Amino acid sequence: MATTATLAKAEEDRAAVTHAARIEHVSKSFGGPAGSQLVLDDISLDVAPGEFVTLLGASGCGKSTLLNLVAGLDRPSAGSIETPGGRPALMFQEHALFPWLTAGKNIELALRLRGVPKAERRPEAERLLELVRLGGSYRKRVHELSGGMRQRVALARALAQDSDLLLMDEPFAALDAITRDVLHDELTRIWRETKLSVLFVTHNVREAVRLAERVVLLSSRPGRIAREWTIGIPQPRRIEDAAVAELSVEITEELRGEIRRHGQH
Amino acid sequence: MASTDTTTTSAGKADDLAGLEAGLDALDAVQVRRTPVREVLLKKVLPPVTAVLLVLVVWQLLVTAQVTDEFKLPPPSAVWDSLSTMWLEGTLLDVLWTSVSRALLGFLMALAIGTPLGLLVARVKFVRAAIGPILSGLQSLPSVAWVAPAVLWIGLNDQMMYAVILLGAVPSIANGLVAGVDQVPPLFLRAGRTLGATGLRGAWHIVMPAALPGYLAGLKQGWAFSWRSLMAAEIIASSPELGLGLGQLLENGRNNIDMPGIFLAIILILLVGIAIDLLIFSPLERAVLRSRGLLVKS
Repeated sequence: MATTATLAKAEEDRAAVTHAARIEHVSKSFGGPAGSQLVLDDISLDVAPGEFVTLLGASGCGKSTLLNLVAGLDRPSAGSIETPGGRPALMFQEHALFPWLTAGKNIELALRLRGVPKAERRPEAERLLELVRLGGSYRKRVHELSGGMRQRVALARALAQDSDLLLMDEPFAALDAITRDVLHDELTRIWRETKLSVLFVTHNVREAVRLAERVVLLSSRPGRIAREWTIGIPQPRRIEDAAVAELSVEITEELRGEIRRHGQH
Repeated sequence: MASTDTTTTSAGKADDLAGLEAGLDALDAVQVRRTPVREVLLKKVLPPVTAVLLVLVVWQLLVTAQVTDEFKLPPPSAVWDSLSTMWLEGTLLDVLWTSVSRALLGFLMALAIGTPLGLLVARVKFVRAAIGPILSGLQSLPSVAWVAPAVLWIGLNDQMMYAVILLGAVPSIANGLVAGVDQVPPLFLRAGRTLGATGLRGAWHIVMPAALPGYLAGLKQGWAFSWRSLMAAEIIASSPELGLGLGQLLENGRNNIDMPGIFLAIILILLVGIAIDLLIFSPLERAVLRSRGLLVKS
């Protein structure tokens, strides 16, 4: 089948490159009337193919700015960003689904903009909805879906871009705790099934530890990489696991230290 | 690699998760309910009908109390008589059609001009700076002001009527579209760009559909302006060659001191304006808003 062939080819492509994203010495400053402000300072970070990395930091660390740079929505002031797999997919804190389209048509629009032929769009959209367990929701309007369902459709739409790299900007921050917990499980499942690389931004330490293979802590104003942890706890994890809690305590301590520095001058 | 044991447990976990998720979805799903016909009649039809009946009753009471001369305030029955006379003479539908067809044709022309104009103003900064303020200023200029120059430039004919309609309606339609485009949430534009909708594709797939509610509001207002402009033109510029429209009917009533005729003309002008809005624009607007979940049920 054609899909198997493309999958095999994508597999080869992934084997050929050593990174899904390479961020090299990236700085970003925003000009203002009072002079320019440095938001990101000399960030270097690689995301390996199939790796799940969370960027963790307090407000003002420029984590969303960094994600926008990787997504190509903005340009770095210095340094370079490479995404060999093409334009990355991006998920926002708000679902950002288009209310004039049904759930299914939102996904089909992504497919259409990617150049998928008309006849293949509907079955592909149905398949992606199945993947996020919303099989019966093709005709649903955005306002008929709950918050968690909307984010799952948004995830399906991001997956429809068929990018190797998925960027997520605090996508579960606005959800209630129970729904967020379920979506963590879903995201882990889908990440393992699709072998995507994920760069996930959050300010929630437990969420970062629950999801990631690697947690990168950013300091604030300007954002610099403060420390990195490789998470060895086997997946599937749960947010209440003792190992997750233990590591979260350590990282939180570090994060608090970073924040405290700002009160000292 | 994972052993068989882990696979079975993770499969079991996946089933758990699916069940949990189905439960959450069922609990969170937004219930959408269609309003029953009875409720629509009670809540939407009854109040305006009551109001109209009340106006008729007060009107009749004022006539009965003889607050003023009968030629100044005719009883409702006299207006009804004028209406049935026109109906029996067969002129009623002609008069209505003359005005309605003019207004609708003028509106369609305004639509064809106002839409591209609005897009230009919304998307091209130079054009916006150049004519944006004039365009919004024109909305507050009563279109009756255009009748005098239009008659001198074009003459007493249908083209003059259309010119007045265009000058009244085009700014409304263009402004509605500009407002609609301005109000497109930046998040939609960013989401569109990450999906690859940039330039013309972005305009077609994201900006235009997102701006539709504002555009429709502009069309609605554009219709009201078309109708008002046309009435102004018909009242001021009456001539036998122009055919009898509602505006001329009103003007004829004044010339003949025929108060029931004047009342009838005013009521018909009002009714046509309301009817077109209720039959065309309101359903269109409601359909768009409802499909986006923007119609809040009280």
